[in-house]
Amino acid sequence: MSSLILRTAARFLIPLLVLFSFYTLFRGHNQPGGGFAGGLLAATAFALYIFAWDAAAARRALVVDPCVLIGTGLMLALVAGLLPMVGGREFLTGIWAKLPLSEQSGFAVGTPVLFDVGVYLVIVGSSLLIITSLTGEEEERH
Amino acid sequence: MTHTRARSRAPAAFTALPLGMLALFVWLAATGGGTRVVGLPFGAEALGFALSFRLDGLSILFGMLISAIGVLVYVYAASYLAGRDDQARFFGWLSLFMLAMIGIVTAENLIALFIFWELTSLASWFLIGMDHERSEARGAALQALLVTAGGGLAMLAGFVMLGSMAGSFELSAIQQQGDAIRAHAHYLPVLLLVAAGAFTKSAQVPFHFWLPSAMEAPAPVSAYLHSATMVKAGVFLLARLLSVLGGTPQWVALLGVAGAVTMITGAVLAVLASDIKKILAYSTVSALGSLVLLIGIGSPAAVYAAVVFLFAHALYKAALFMAGGIIDHETGVRDVERLSGLRRSMPLTAAAAILGALSLVSFGPVLSFAGKEMVVLAVAGVGAGWSTLLQGLVYTTSMLLATAAALVVFRPLFGPPDPSVRGHDPSPAMWLPPLLLGASGVVLGLIPYGITRVLLAPAAAAIHPGASRLHVSLWHGVNLPLIMAAVATAAGVVLFLTRSAWRRAAGALAAISRFGPEAAWNALLRGAVSYAGWQTRVLQNGYLRSYLLFIIVTMVLLVVTAAGDGIRFRFAINDTQFHEIFFSAVIVAGALVAVRSRSRLGSVAALGAVGYSVALLYILFSAPDLAMTQFLIETLTVILFVLVIYRLPRYAILTPPAERRRDIALCALTGVVIAGLVLAAAHEAADPSLARFYGANSLEKAHGRNIVNVILVDFRALDTLGEITVVGVAAIGVLALLRLRPTAAGRRS
Repeated sequence: MSSLILRTAARFLIPLLVLFSFYTLFRGHNQPGGGFAGGLLAATAFALYIFAWDAAAARRALVVDPCVLIGTGLMLALVAGLLPMVGGREFLTGIWAKLPLSEQSGFAVGTPVLFDVGVYLVIVGSSLLIITSLTGEEEERH
Repeated sequence: MTHTRARSRAPAAFTALPLGMLALFVWLAATGGGTRVVGLPFGAEALGFALSFRLDGLSILFGMLISAIGVLVYVYAASYLAGRDDQARFFGWLSLFMLAMIGIVTAENLIALFIFWELTSLASWFLIGMDHERSEARGAALQALLVTAGGGLAMLAGFVMLGSMAGSFELSAIQQQGDAIRAHAHYLPVLLLVAAGAFTKSAQVPFHFWLPSAMEAPAPVSAYLHSATMVKAGVFLLARLLSVLGGTPQWVALLGVAGAVTMITGAVLAVLASDIKKILAYSTVSALGSLVLLIGIGSPAAVYAAVVFLFAHALYKAALFMAGGIIDHETGVRDVERLSGLRRSMPLTAAAAILGALSLVSFGPVLSFAGKEMVVLAVAGVGAGWSTLLQGLVYTTSMLLATAAALVVFRPLFGPPDPSVRGHDPSPAMWLPPLLLGASGVVLGLIPYGITRVLLAPAAAAIHPGASRLHVSLWHGVNLPLIMAAVATAAGVVLFLTRSAWRRAAGALAAISRFGPEAAWNALLRGAVSYAGWQTRVLQNGYLRSYLLFIIVTMVLLVVTAAGDGIRFRFAINDTQFHEIFFSAVIVAGALVAVRSRSRLGSVAALGAVGYSVALLYILFSAPDLAMTQFLIETLTVILFVLVIYRLPRYAILTPPAERRRDIALCALTGVVIAGLVLAAAHEAADPSLARFYGANSLEKAHGRNIVNVILVDFRALDTLGEITVVGVAAIGVLALLRLRPTAAGRRS
């Protein structure tokens, strides 16, 4: 499928979708969204890439192997769980730190955010692994 | 060059491990006295598991045996295996075994003990299967693993019951509750389960068959695991729990019968075998039987006898196995009838073997003789009728073991040298360890006082609080036991000399073994394998529709059974808005189109409509997170469908009408069940405290306003961790299915 309209649109849509997926991921703690939804959004962006070009190009654009994404995501989630144990707390206890931005407001970071990033990566990796596996064989046939 | 040097150095480096352990236990024994409990800051306290260790007389005795014999075995094995390139692997597993074994004997926590227990089974599996190219070795390894690890699982169940009775898995806490546990209604199941673990590990009849099979292992392994240490773990466990479970009629009957039967069976099988290692293995079975019998009797006299006999047996049996290993290593022959006159060509090995055999006969100035006399004394203390029977069994066993000793040592070493089978003494690293062990049996027999005070007496006191006055001595004057022992030994020698007369007749008896426990075990294994094969063929037949069928039928059956006494629900339509009805109608219409459509694309589109409508309903009922995810999932599903749709064949009706009718009926039933389930769930008022908890604590404690997300990544993060793992594994499974397809040639027919 090589459509000029689709490719041109995809050039603009894909960065926006990926950005939006990050946005969804990080706003998730306070508003609808989160790692799961964000991951699916990012996967959709790359699915669009596959339709506009092909699976090989999409894999090049992704730079890392989807399997690596899955592994990294699981590791991040695990690390998020293990970090509190260093401080003698139970596995997966949320620990938070506030980065002060000004007198009134601050930016809270904690292990649940890291955990959610892990979820995001696993979802992106898994979806893309399935999609590229399905398309990959299509190429081998032709 | 560096490679060979590294290879030759590796065993020496490994020997540091048992040496270090030996130093530790020597230090512990020297500073010892009383019971010390050491806890490590690991474990899962909520589950009652802690890595805590107990150091008392019993654990120091075992620890000393394990590490001291360990040093000799390591030295011996380095020469025995010289030139093999899998030495590092061997010593790795041997070291794992040694540490796990020390773990068993020093564990204070029962769960920790279980873990070490199974680790020794695992190490034993690897070590028996060292020569994994031979199918006999693999089979023997698997048999030993399944028998001992299976028994270990039964033991775990017993431990869990024991722990819940005592409220703790710590031995000291359990020992304090001994009276309550013995009076508990579930005492007998606990006893049977724990005994199953001990009996399988210590090769008691009817689980004895794995030990002779395990002789496929290299000689150092047989000497270390399968005579001196690991097989005594069962005896150790029973001794450890004597103060908890022991003393009851059930205990005495179970251990007494199993021990006595094993003692005599092992001895009989030993004289019927002709392979050096098998003879030794069966005599080990017999010795383990007498140890279990003694622990079963459980009197102070029996505990003394058990400790002395256990210690002496570990020394001389390891010596004999090592000497037998040398004969096998040098001549390549293990059949005693084919060996002759080796004493001339390998005098030092012969000396070690003769010293060991003297202990096996248990007659003369050896520690095991003192032990044997104590055994007689202990069984004489049992109730009237039984004591005569048991003494008779002990003497018969003595006689048969004397024959076995003559078979193992006299036959190969004496007589005219056989020119076709030659051998020479190997390097000192191989003959010195068995010689030292064999000689120690004599030296300690003559001067037993030091070892008694430092090792044996504390061990007996740790097993039985009343057993605090252990006295070992060889010479009690000319009395009935001495005369009986002499008669038994002489009878054994006569049996040996006349063996050609009775062994052939007894050989016919071997046919019985076709109906023995090993045959039953093998039949059980074959049955399990063929059942698994049948089950796989039926349940996992490769047809997606069968999988769906099984899953749906199972689910329906489960739900219907669970709701057996009827479900309550209220079906009422009120305050329903027009758009809600509209989306519901779209869902129903979409489902109908999906079923009726003649094209796959049409079905996919219809299902998409269903999905989006459901997502819209989520929004209407204010669940934006769910709706968002549902939209994305629907989108991705359509993408996936588009990717595969061109590769699927056209729609065709292949199933016969009867099957289709069955499927329709089943689907309708499933729909009804699910609808009922949903209605019932809506009817049951959900516990509001949960929602209130999340509402109150989401921002407060977890710094998040989106409760759904906070639940996912914080409150129930462990669930999410499990879920993303499943997602990742599923994706890799898809990759494997699609990419790593078997090639046409390799595809199954």
